[in-house]
Amino acid sequence: MGMQNKLGAAILAAVVLGAGAMPATAQKSADTLRIVMRDALPNIDPFFNNLRTGVVMHHQGWDALVYRNPDTFKLEPLLATEWKFPDPTTIEFTLRPGVKFHDGSAFTADDVVYTINLVADPASRVSTPANYNWIDKAEKTGEMSVRVKLKRPNPAALEYFALVLPIYPKAYREKVGAEGYAKAPVGAGPYKITKVEPGVSIDFERFDDYWAGSPKGKPAIKKMSVRFVPDASTEMTELLAGRADWIWNMNPDQLEPVNRMPHLQAVRKESMRIGYLSLDAAGRTGADNPLTKQKVRQAIWHAIDRKAIADKLVTGGSRVPGAPCFPSQFGCDAEAATAYDYDPAKAKKLLAEAGYPDGFDVELASYVLPQWGSSVQNYLHAVGIRAKLNQLQTAALIQRAKAGELRAYLGSWGSYSINDVSAIMPNFFDGGADDYARDPDVQKSLLQGGSSINPEVRKEAYSSAIKKITEQAYWAPLHTYVTTYGHSKQLDFTPYPDELPRFYLAKWK
Amino acid sequence: MLRLIARRLAIGVLVALTVMTLAFLLTRLSGDLAISIAGPSATQADVEIVRKAYGLDRPLYVQFFAWTGRAMVGDFGQSYFFKDSVANLIQKRLPITLTLGLVGLSLALVISIPLGILAALRENTWIDRSVTLFTMVGQAVPSFWLALILMIVLGLQLGVLPISGTGTWQHFVMPGIVLAFTAIPALTRLTRSGMIEAMASDYIRTARAKGLSRARIIFKHALRNAAIPVVSIAAVQLGFMLGGSIVIETVFALHGVGYLGWESIAKNDFPVVQAVVLVLAVFYIGLTLLADILNALLDPRLRTG
Repeated sequence: MGMQNKLGAAILAAVVLGAGAMPATAQKSADTLRIVMRDALPNIDPFFNNLRTGVVMHHQGWDALVYRNPDTFKLEPLLATEWKFPDPTTIEFTLRPGVKFHDGSAFTADDVVYTINLVADPASRVSTPANYNWIDKAEKTGEMSVRVKLKRPNPAALEYFALVLPIYPKAYREKVGAEGYAKAPVGAGPYKITKVEPGVSIDFERFDDYWAGSPKGKPAIKKMSVRFVPDASTEMTELLAGRADWIWNMNPDQLEPVNRMPHLQAVRKESMRIGYLSLDAAGRTGADNPLTKQKVRQAIWHAIDRKAIADKLVTGGSRVPGAPCFPSQFGCDAEAATAYDYDPAKAKKLLAEAGYPDGFDVELASYVLPQWGSSVQNYLHAVGIRAKLNQLQTAALIQRAKAGELRAYLGSWGSYSINDVSAIMPNFFDGGADDYARDPDVQKSLLQGGSSINPEVRKEAYSSAIKKITEQAYWAPLHTYVTTYGHSKQLDFTPYPDELPRFYLAKWK
Repeated sequence: MLRLIARRLAIGVLVALTVMTLAFLLTRLSGDLAISIAGPSATQADVEIVRKAYGLDRPLYVQFFAWTGRAMVGDFGQSYFFKDSVANLIQKRLPITLTLGLVGLSLALVISIPLGILAALRENTWIDRSVTLFTMVGQAVPSFWLALILMIVLGLQLGVLPISGTGTWQHFVMPGIVLAFTAIPALTRLTRSGMIEAMASDYIRTARAKGLSRARIIFKHALRNAAIPVVSIAAVQLGFMLGGSIVIETVFALHGVGYLGWESIAKNDFPVVQAVVLVLAVFYIGLTLLADILNALLDPRLRTG
C-alpha cells in the first residue's frame, strides 16, 4: 500500500492546491464528533486487544483507579481516592463512593477485585500479559477498600494502574459474558458506548451520571462516532470533504496541504515512542561478528547523523534522546550517558582500529518508515559498512529478532506511555529475547532499579546502567516520534505527549 | 446432462478440498501466529503463554485435521482477534460483498453490452475504435487510482456521494463503478466479437431476406446468439469480482468479506483467512458450475461432452 498512499497523497495535494474552498461542515450543530481511524479495533474490551486504538477508546469509556494528569504527568486520584504502600509488594487502595457504571450499578471493591484478578491470571488470555504479570492478586478489605499484592516490587505500578487498568463492572460482565461484553461494553468513564460494530465503528454518548469532580471532567461534546477506514488516502479525503472531524497519524508530508485548507487544522506533538537501532553485541547471530566489537558499535553511533534524521525526516520537534529511553521518563539520565556526535571520519578511524579498514557487509532489518531505514543505510555506507536494508512486516521482524537472528535492526518502542524507564530498558537489557547486549552488569543495575521503591536508589542504579550501555554503544536510540493530527478548525483539541487523545477534554469553538 | 453436472460437481468438490489444504498450509508458512497475537510489545514469556493457550504448540497435522473436521460441518472456529465465531463474522459481512458484486456486475453489463453492440454494428469506424480505446484504458487503470479519482470528483468536489463506509445505497455507487471496470473490457469485447460473428452468419442473411426490421434482427436474432458466451463469462466474472473486491473494499472501507480477509491476513488471524478463502473459492466454483450448466442449456452441442 506504500506506493498507493504516496500517489494518493500527491493527488490530494494537487486537489487541495487547485480546488479552493471546501464546505466547512463540522458536526458542531449535531454536537457529534466524527472520528476516523485506520487501525480497526476488532474487540473493544480493554484487555483483549493490543492496539493503541484500544487504549484510546478505553480512556473515553472507562475509568481507572488512578489518573495521570496529562499536563504535569502527576498521578492523581480517580476511582481510588487514596493509596498506600505498607510494604514494597502491597498497595492498599481506598475507593471512591457514589460512582456509577453506565448500566446504573454502583462501583464497589468487588469490581476492582474482579478486574485485577482477571487480568493477573494468565489463563484469562489477556492480550498484553506483560502489563500485568507483576500483579499477584487483589483482595477485598472492605466495601470500598482493596489490597493488591504484587509478585515483585514495581516502582511504576501506579502508572500501569492509571494507563492500562480500567475497571470492569463485575456483575454486568459476568452476566453477559466476554462475548456479550465485547458487543455492549459498560464502564464508568465520561462517555458511554451506545453501539459497537466490531472492526467497523463505535458510537459514544456523554454519560450524564458521570461522577462530579472527576479530573477528566464532564465531556463538552455530546456524541462521538468512531469509524475505521483502512486506507490513508480515503481517510484524508474524508477529512478534506468535511465528512470527518478528526484523524491522526497522517503522513508528515500532508501537514502543510491540510493546514492550507480554510476549515482544517493540522497539529503535531512529540510522543514517548523512540526509534532505535539494535546491534548484536552479544554475538547471538554469530560469536565473532563485527558488531561484537565495541569500536565497531561506537563507529556506527558516530556514523549516523541522528540530529539530521530527527530534524529533516521525522520533523515536527523530534529529538535525539541522549540515553536509551525517553527524556521525561523517571531514571532517564542523559548526564550519565556517553555522547556520540556525528563524525564519519572518527567512525572510519574506529572501524580501522577494530580491524575493518574496508568495512563489512551486514543485514539491516527494519519495520520503520522505508525512508528512515534508507537514511540509516546511507550513513552506514558512507563509512564503509555495506548495510543491506531488509524491509519487513513488524510481526515478521519481531519474530526473527526474538529468535536472535537479527544482527542489526531498526524498530520503535512506545513504553506503553509509561513515564518510567522500567517500561523500556528492561525489555532490551534484562537478558530476555530482545536483549542483544547480554551484559550482566546492566542486568544487575536494572534489577536493582526495578525492585526498589526508593527513588534515590533507583536513580543511581539506572544511571549506572545508562553509563555502561552508552559506553559500550549497545543499542542506539535514534529519535523520538512525533504524532500528527488533522482536525476541523471548529474543534478545540489539545494533543498530549503520551499518544493518548482525550476527546472528553475536547470542545467546539 | 445429469452426468455432466455430476462430473462438474465432483471436480468442484475436489477443487474445494485442494483450496482448503492450500489455505491451511500457506497461512502456517507465512508466520508465527503466537507472536502476532501477542503483539509488537510482547515479551518471549507472553508469546509462549499465547502459544499454549491457543493450542498452537500441537503438531501441524493435528491442527489441520481438527480444523478440517469442524469446517466440514460449517464450524470455522473462533477468530483470534474478534470476540466472535468466524461463521458469524462472515455471515455479517457477506451481504456487503454480494451487494457490491451484483451492483458491479449489473453496471458492467449495462455498460458493456450496448457498447459491444454499437462497436460491432459500426465495425472499423471511429466509434468502434473509440470503444476499443475505452476498454483498453479501462483494463489498464488500476482500481485504487480510479477509486481515488471518483472520490475526489464525486465525493470531495461535487459532494454528491459519500466517500467511504456503508449504510445507504449511495455508498455502493462509487465502489460499484470501480468494480464494474474490472469486467467491462472483457464483456465489451466478447459482445462485440459475438455480434460481428452473428451478423455475418447465414441466418441473419435469411432474416434480412425475409424483410425483418433492423431492430428485430439485431435484438431477436443476433444478440441472442452473441449473448451465449457473455452470459457464461458474466457468471465467472461475478466470481472474480467477489474474490477480487479486496482492494476496492479496503479503499472504500466497505466492511465486506474481502476486507475481512485482508485485515485477517495482516494480523495472521488464520481461522478467518482460511474460512474467507474457502467461502470465496466455493462461490467461484459454484458460479463456474452455473456457467457450465447455462452453456449446456444454451448450446446443445456441449451437453454430450
